[in-house]
Amino acid sequence: MHEDFEIKIENLSKIEGHANLDIKVRKGKVEYVKLKISENKRFYTQAIRGKKFESVPQLVSRICGTCSIAHLTCCTEAVEKALEINPSEQTLLLRKLMMYGMMIRDHAMHLYLFCLPDVFGKDSVLDFDEKQHELIHHAFEVKKAGNDLSKLIGGRAIHPPYAQIGQFLHLPDKNETKQVIEELKKVRSHIFELVRIFYDCPFTFRKRTRFVALTTEDFSFLEGVIKTSQKITIPEENYWEHLHRVIIPYSQATGFEFEGKDFMVGALARMNLNKEKLHKETKKDLAKYIRIFPSENIFHNNLAQAIEIMHCIDHSIEILETTEFKQEPKIEVKIKKGKGVGVIEAPRGTLYYAISLDKDGKILYGNLVIPTAQNQIKMENDIKTLVSRNLNKSKKFIQNEIEKLIRAYDPCMMCATHFLKVNWI
Amino acid sequence: MKLKVGLFSFTSDEGCSMIFLELMNSYFFKWKDLIDFKYFKLLKSKNELKDLDVAFVEGAISTFKEEKKLREIRKNSKILVAIGSCAVNGSPSNQRNFFSQDTKNEIKMILDNFGHKDKVSALSEIIKVDFSVPGCPMDENVFLDVLNKCLKEFKVI
Repeated sequence: MHEDFEIKIENLSKIEGHANLDIKVRKGKVEYVKLKISENKRFYTQAIRGKKFESVPQLVSRICGTCSIAHLTCCTEAVEKALEINPSEQTLLLRKLMMYGMMIRDHAMHLYLFCLPDVFGKDSVLDFDEKQHELIHHAFEVKKAGNDLSKLIGGRAIHPPYAQIGQFLHLPDKNETKQVIEELKKVRSHIFELVRIFYDCPFTFRKRTRFVALTTEDFSFLEGVIKTSQKITIPEENYWEHLHRVIIPYSQATGFEFEGKDFMVGALARMNLNKEKLHKETKKDLAKYIRIFPSENIFHNNLAQAIEIMHCIDHSIEILETTEFKQEPKIEVKIKKGKGVGVIEAPRGTLYYAISLDKDGKILYGNLVIPTAQNQIKMENDIKTLVSRNLNKSKKFIQNEIEKLIRAYDPCMMCATHFLKVNWI
Repeated sequence: MKLKVGLFSFTSDEGCSMIFLELMNSYFFKWKDLIDFKYFKLLKSKNELKDLDVAFVEGAISTFKEEKKLREIRKNSKILVAIGSCAVNGSPSNQRNFFSQDTKNEIKMILDNFGHKDKVSALSEIIKVDFSVPGCPMDENVFLDVLNKCLKEFKVI
């Protein structure tokens, strides 16, 4: 129908950070799709150089307001590996809980506040009417429960001060722990409806996709091996060898390919590659919904996130109810030259930190790979496919479909642009 | 009459926006009756920058484009509030201001390519700021105080 047209979207809304999109169609063919991440660089890779190792996790926490706990935790893991520090079982449990709190809050924000308006055909959660008011209550109660869990463990939900290299400065208070358990139990019932909404949602975009995720034994996002839908298994420290950095001249973020091809990280990848490891209560109560994975429908990323909220609630309740947290001796740190790699699953996918320290414990260099940067090339390619499949539809329709698809990826532009490596001669 | 509010985000990690969304956990329904969110890109796509009572601005100013937008916000807002450390004093988004000459040379190409200014600035270096909410992320209680002050000043409460 439309031989020649252009679409420009300035300032995509209901995502984290700033991005624009340019599309050009000529003679019924998509000539280009440019996803321009316009978030301004803050040069964290440069800023951490020369800084003492103990200050760096709190600094990189400032890369991202919404998933600061992921940056903090991943960087901490890289520094610990460089200095051969082995955190105690208890520290790892606390880390899991803090990550769960972030996942609950972050996924809830994305699903309730950014995606539900698409499902109900509204511009914003601010426009929801009486019928949807109950869901708004759910949204804020779930978000708050996640927030309170992170606060209980880390002291604050954004840039948490208690989380340090090797240990936590503070143990969760017993009374507050009880309250958080009650809160988690209360909001658990809300998640059934959320899961049902995204299961029933008719939005579909299917395409052959290569999925990559760090798979963990208890689905806790922290320690494990990287797996792909091509059945490759990679130890954390070797992940970088499989990635190929792609300079995208119109974007302030770098893109990545996995072994030369586009790929996807995030909740959908985790669910496709590791769903057997979800918490037993989650598997029991959501069996019908979990069964549809593996799925290549990108919109199932939303369903996967909803299921992950349930897992985070269930595993957190179990840990909090069965663990007696005790004061532990202070960790002894021997400063030495070394390199360390940390890989974790952030809400939006696999997060990689490599840190190199000099003999005084100062950062020689840091290398970070962010989930949105890994998804960027595939997002562009998918938009191209989406436009090609809908050339006979109106521009308004196409634009709306594109925005929905981008939102399903849950991109974060702040994370994507934190750094720069100049090698584009 | 509701308070006409805009929320704007410049170079930052949007952590203050996150604090705002977290405050909504407790205040959403109260604010819905008191505040008309005219500009709030994080929650809606139809945004209008015109005749705002209060603009809450997060982030530091690092590009010419951002500077132009900030001036436009100032022109269209009766009160402008800087929220969070980046907006109030530039930090930590201004860390490139303190780089060595070598590191500055390393990032020069990106700066030129995407219209970055030589220096990252706090809001008050460019326009008049009426109130500041410090902290990284911003202090929730100070923010609520400022918001209440504005609601009273415009006779919404």
